[in-house]
Amino acid sequence: MDAILLQILNGLDKGSAYALIALGLTLIFGTLGVVNFAHGALFMLGAFCAVTISKLFNLSHKASEPSGVDFLGNPKYEDVLYVEDWFGERLGGWMLDWSVPLSILFAIPIMIGIGYVMERGLIKHFYKRPHADQILVTFGLAIVLQEVIKYFYGANPIPTPAPEMFRGSFDFGAALGFDANTIIYPYWRMVYFVFSLVIIGGVFAFLRFTTFGMVVRAGMADRETVGLLGIDIDRRFTIMFGIAAAVAGLAGVMYTPINSPNYHMGMDFLVLSFVVVVVGGMGSLPGAVLAGFLLGVLESFASMNQIKSLLPGIDQIIIYLVAIAILLTRPRGLMGRKGVMEE
Amino acid sequence: MLGLNKKDTTILIVVAVLTMAAPFILNPFPTNSSLAQFNAGYPDLMQRFVIYGIFAIGFNILFGLTGYLSFGHAAFLGIGSYSAVWMFKLLSFNVIPAIALSIVVAGLFSVVIGYISLRRSGIYFSILTLAFAQMSFNLAYSVLSNPKFNLTNGETGLQVYGSDPQYLKGSGPDVTHIFGLEMRATETLKLGGWSFDFNVGYYLCALILLVSFYISVRIFRSPFGMMLRAVKSNQQRMNYTGLNSRPYTLAAFVISGMYAGLAGGLLAAMDPLAGAERMQWTASGEVVLMTILGGAGTLIGPVLGAGFIKYFENIFSKINDNVLHTWFAALPDGMEDFLITIVHPFVGKGWHLTLGLMFMAVVIFLPGGLVQGGQKIGRLFRRRGANAPGPEGEAARKQPAE
Repeated sequence: MDAILLQILNGLDKGSAYALIALGLTLIFGTLGVVNFAHGALFMLGAFCAVTISKLFNLSHKASEPSGVDFLGNPKYEDVLYVEDWFGERLGGWMLDWSVPLSILFAIPIMIGIGYVMERGLIKHFYKRPHADQILVTFGLAIVLQEVIKYFYGANPIPTPAPEMFRGSFDFGAALGFDANTIIYPYWRMVYFVFSLVIIGGVFAFLRFTTFGMVVRAGMADRETVGLLGIDIDRRFTIMFGIAAAVAGLAGVMYTPINSPNYHMGMDFLVLSFVVVVVGGMGSLPGAVLAGFLLGVLESFASMNQIKSLLPGIDQIIIYLVAIAILLTRPRGLMGRKGVMEE
Repeated sequence: MLGLNKKDTTILIVVAVLTMAAPFILNPFPTNSSLAQFNAGYPDLMQRFVIYGIFAIGFNILFGLTGYLSFGHAAFLGIGSYSAVWMFKLLSFNVIPAIALSIVVAGLFSVVIGYISLRRSGIYFSILTLAFAQMSFNLAYSVLSNPKFNLTNGETGLQVYGSDPQYLKGSGPDVTHIFGLEMRATETLKLGGWSFDFNVGYYLCALILLVSFYISVRIFRSPFGMMLRAVKSNQQRMNYTGLNSRPYTLAAFVISGMYAGLAGGLLAAMDPLAGAERMQWTASGEVVLMTILGGAGTLIGPVLGAGFIKYFENIFSKINDNVLHTWFAALPDGMEDFLITIVHPFVGKGWHLTLGLMFMAVVIFLPGGLVQGGQKIGRLFRRRGANAPGPEGEAARKQPAE
């Protein structure tokens, strides 16, 4: 029982990342009808927003007063962080510690901006082109973004720690009445899971309860009619692209403490998120979220030792196997709408 | 000639001349000149040109004709390599059985994968093939290399060891060969400052490329090729006329899978080593890039694209800051540094950035690839020259592009 619980918990954080990326992909596909192969790159850009912010907070200058002498007798100057200079020692230190969550504030406008520029500058010209062309051009864009990041940040993963407060692990087992130390779960992963639920809930609420969201949903159902009613649906879809980019970016920002970001993390997630989208059903937002969590949990179950000894290597291929099975038996995916890209 | 019309014969002859004279064409600069780094006439690179050319020709039969975009073709390349290396391990270093087996095994795999994947089309087909390729990659990397059943040798890559049985080896040489003629054997011809390498392995690959190219021309011009084009332009209408399109697409998929297997077998024949990274989806992406860059659906495009990418991959990635300094040495200092700062991110290790930008530009502005670009330029000149004559110029303008 405790092993099962542990695997579910383990699957949730990866599942959250899958769900967030797949949600963005589906938003773009459902509104603009574009298959965006650069979405993984947006996830990676978000992660590097966090890296940049934490690097900026770590900028320092030499103190003007020597703090003592080193072993050669020369005066020694300590490094002073700019944030501590400007905001005082307490607030500065806190900002440094909380740089990853604070990056969210910066990442949202940056990612919406990137999404906006991407849609207006590139994707816009590809609505009338075949899907293959859209895949190819966004694939090219993904390579370019990835290489730009590699040029500025190097090829090695950059560790970006979570705030001090969340670095430990929580003993779930003790809290739920199992033996102590059987189910241990890092705090940050819990934070990630809750965060993803908040974002997903936010996106759904935005679409359901605001006028803007209502218009967007109407546009997803029938773009032409909405346009004929005199609503500038293109502009709203562009904003949705920005929001989808921000969702992917935020998923990336918060993922940095779990896995040190490197320039190809986007590609690694992209393939899996596409599988997630297809399993959930092209164009179905709840389907994408559901499939994300489902596949994440499934993957972590498959990596249990008991199952691996039964079917060696199953953990590596389970997601693909499920995707193939679903595509062949239920072409629409788990919750796909009728008539959306069935062929 | 050979059942081809005049135009195709010309193309075939051009390709034949280009491949046979490649050691000359690719080495236009004397060995000691400062431009020698642009020479691409060394055996290793020339082999890769033609091998990836074969790979791209095969991919083009699927993507160029039927429009089915497979993102998992590298799986067949890897499977071909593995089976070839197994032939080396079990029989001997003769490349003939290795290449034959790699084609057959890749063909078998593509029948299975194609049969399943082709039940869907469009983006779903791309994702299904991608899923199969990633599965093969993951399996080859992890499970298939366990001690009890070591098929792929995991991270190290499959290679031939002295302890392998090699039942048919006898007194044959210890390197890959074709009936005693070693693949790595190279004749070097020195002419003045120039030196040209003639490599056995390269010529074997080049001959195979010619045969593959000929077969692909025949497929393009056959009724079968016509059917495949029909699949691309309007599959629904084709179905309504009572034709079942699936056998055709499956045949195209298997043929292109066998081409990929052949390319993989040749890669192993040139260097008897097979690693799982050959199957990774970035490798599948590479062949897509080659085909699109050269021009999907055209005969010569994929070969051009493969050569283009492999050439620049090698040459661009060799350019470092020192080379740039020698180039811009004539300029004033400030200007020199400025230019180097600008050029630096695009060369050397940043070559992929250039590739990505180039690829995007091609998809955006030239969906027909380099071939279409060439045609556009050609037409521009023809139009300028044909302004006066009238009817003849009109006819030239109306001539549809290939």
